[in-house]
Amino acid sequence: MRIKSTLENYFFILPAVIIFAIFYIIPFLWVFQLSMFDWDGILPTKTFIWFQNFKEIVIQDPSWWQAMRNAGYITLIALTFQNAVAFLLALACDREIKMKNFYRAIFFIPPVLSEIVVGMAWRFIISDVDGANIINRMLVSVGLPQLVHNWLSDPKTALTTVALVHSWKGFGWGFLIFLAGLQTIPKELYEAARVDGASAWDYFKKIIIPLMVPVIVVVAILTILGTMQAFALILGLVGGEFAGHTSVPVLRILAVMRDSSRFGYACAQGISFGAILVAISFIQYRLSKRYREA
Amino acid sequence: MKRLFLLGLIFCFLFCFGCCKAAQDKKKVITVWHWMTDRDESFQELAKQYEQKTGIKVNFELYAPSEQYSQKVRAAAQGKNLPDIFGILSEKKDFASFIKSGHVANLTPYLESDNGRWKKEFFTKALEVNEFKPDNTYGVEAGFYGIPIDVMTIEMLYNKKLFKKAGLNPDVPPATWEEFLAAIEKLRAANIPGLVSGWSEIWMIDCFASNYAFNIMGEKKVLDTIKGLIPYTDPDWIKVFDLFAQMRDNKALVTGVITMINKTAEQLFANEKCAFAFNGSWCVNVYKGMNPDLEYGVMLPPAASDSFPMVVWGGAGSSLLINDRSANKEIAIEFLKWLSDKDQQVFLANKTNNLPANKDALTGIPPILAQFADDMDYTTHPNIWGISEFPIVTETLDKGIQSIIIGEKTPQQVAIEVQKIKERELARKKP
Repeated sequence: MRIKSTLENYFFILPAVIIFAIFYIIPFLWVFQLSMFDWDGILPTKTFIWFQNFKEIVIQDPSWWQAMRNAGYITLIALTFQNAVAFLLALACDREIKMKNFYRAIFFIPPVLSEIVVGMAWRFIISDVDGANIINRMLVSVGLPQLVHNWLSDPKTALTTVALVHSWKGFGWGFLIFLAGLQTIPKELYEAARVDGASAWDYFKKIIIPLMVPVIVVVAILTILGTMQAFALILGLVGGEFAGHTSVPVLRILAVMRDSSRFGYACAQGISFGAILVAISFIQYRLSKRYREA
Repeated sequence: MKRLFLLGLIFCFLFCFGCCKAAQDKKKVITVWHWMTDRDESFQELAKQYEQKTGIKVNFELYAPSEQYSQKVRAAAQGKNLPDIFGILSEKKDFASFIKSGHVANLTPYLESDNGRWKKEFFTKALEVNEFKPDNTYGVEAGFYGIPIDVMTIEMLYNKKLFKKAGLNPDVPPATWEEFLAAIEKLRAANIPGLVSGWSEIWMIDCFASNYAFNIMGEKKVLDTIKGLIPYTDPDWIKVFDLFAQMRDNKALVTGVITMINKTAEQLFANEKCAFAFNGSWCVNVYKGMNPDLEYGVMLPPAASDSFPMVVWGGAGSSLLINDRSANKEIAIEFLKWLSDKDQQVFLANKTNNLPANKDALTGIPPILAQFADDMDYTTHPNIWGISEFPIVTETLDKGIQSIIIGEKTPQQVAIEVQKIKERELARKKP
């Protein structure tokens, strides 16, 4: 009877398992298999080379690691600046303020726009060559002409500009999730704290932050996964890798696959990249769990 | 029982009818996959004409942008689902892989039949791009594997109105590097930016650099470098890299040129925001759409040396290939013969402002396009060199030039870096 019941249960989840296997497990295994071949993506013959592609990534491909560093930098800005802005705006909108719903809608517009459109729109705003040069004009009009700069075509500022535009595009997601999290905090806790004479800082430190840790972890993991994989925005803003200054892993994988026709190597890059992202997410999850337990 | 019999009869009839219809359709329909957004309307019109003439329906299916088209073709090749006619947008090495995988038909017998009548219709260089010579390094059987439907050359363009404004003669564009830098100085004095091109697309840098490599050291030395016999640290290569440093130092390039896609560069030139552009003959159609009143001329890139003639990339335009596994191979070839005939080529040239691949169709093309055609004799293309550089070496070279343009690296540093990668790749490929 028990066996029958167990089989029945498995039977019910079978369609989901099949779909998951077809669309996730099998492609993953196939990509992993391809990562051990030297293959141009066209010829029917592939040369099995064991882990040579992975070895090359680790010791012979500085452009890959430069791309990883660039993506790490953009992610760092997204984790700090973008999420801080999202959190502060969520805090503001969690209060009883006028036009609350209007702000919520406005803040959620950038994330729903296509990355390439955002990239091109911001290029138009920022660029002094083929755009309206609005940022520089604003700097002049507020009396800061010394800050006027070619933001996108200077290698020193291009990546930071990309990171800030990415933050502008991405903060809406964090804002929504933070706001949803803030709304789950019981009002009684605030009232009890008010009775005890807590200051605004006490509310923030002793109620909001501890109760928001799980939400912060979710937002942080989503930010890392989303930002590390960004590339269309970069294409829209600076047209490509800009002598390596704005190269990111996905652009490298595309270049290797499309321009060099090294499909096996591109698969190995994809697998390595995925493994790094999983590792970062896992570490972050463990750290936050430890914090909550403490 | 009677009813069942009747139903069975109807089913059999429908089945047979369906099969016959499918078989009939299969015989009469050719499918062509292409990526040429600007030519799709004209292709559809030609397909209608062809159907009226022969009863054979031609389905032109557009897949754009070209990157997605390339991926689609590769995926279809893996699944052996390629259409009757298609094109590939890759390097010669990938072209060879398609052939070796049995996806592309050898068209030599068709081109050479009837005393080579079909072959003689084309510009030699246009056909050469689709040719594999005997004993080629790719291990492909010698022959012609594609039919060019148009050709292009990538040259320099200059704005005549801005030339006049800067006190330059609009009928005499600079012919030497020194004259070019002198013209840049005059243009700068008139507050007119110099040269624009979409150099975030690194293949365009490669194109510009190899023009000058041919001009400074000649074809043999360039090809010897690719073969690994001459290092990239050779003084002649340093001279090539140094031209970019000179352009940087003389402020000859428009700001942000290496973060610019070619479409943006085309807009700037069409809107008369700069005096020179480095662009392909496809630009005639683009500029016509952006600014029909644009007054411009075509010029070869100004020579930096008198040791060897200046060459430009060209000959290779859009080519169509026949799927060797296609059941419609013969009728597909007949269609390509018709498409490359003079009348259809004139129609395409006039409608799309692209240079025709058929020599006889040159009469009656717009004058600006004729200027591009005049320089056909000076063209070369990596696909006719018979050997390909390692893609990672080309990428390092192009990115190195980007670094020179932004003042991060010297020509010598770039040369050393490129040579290091070249040696690594040569060692990797050693048996």
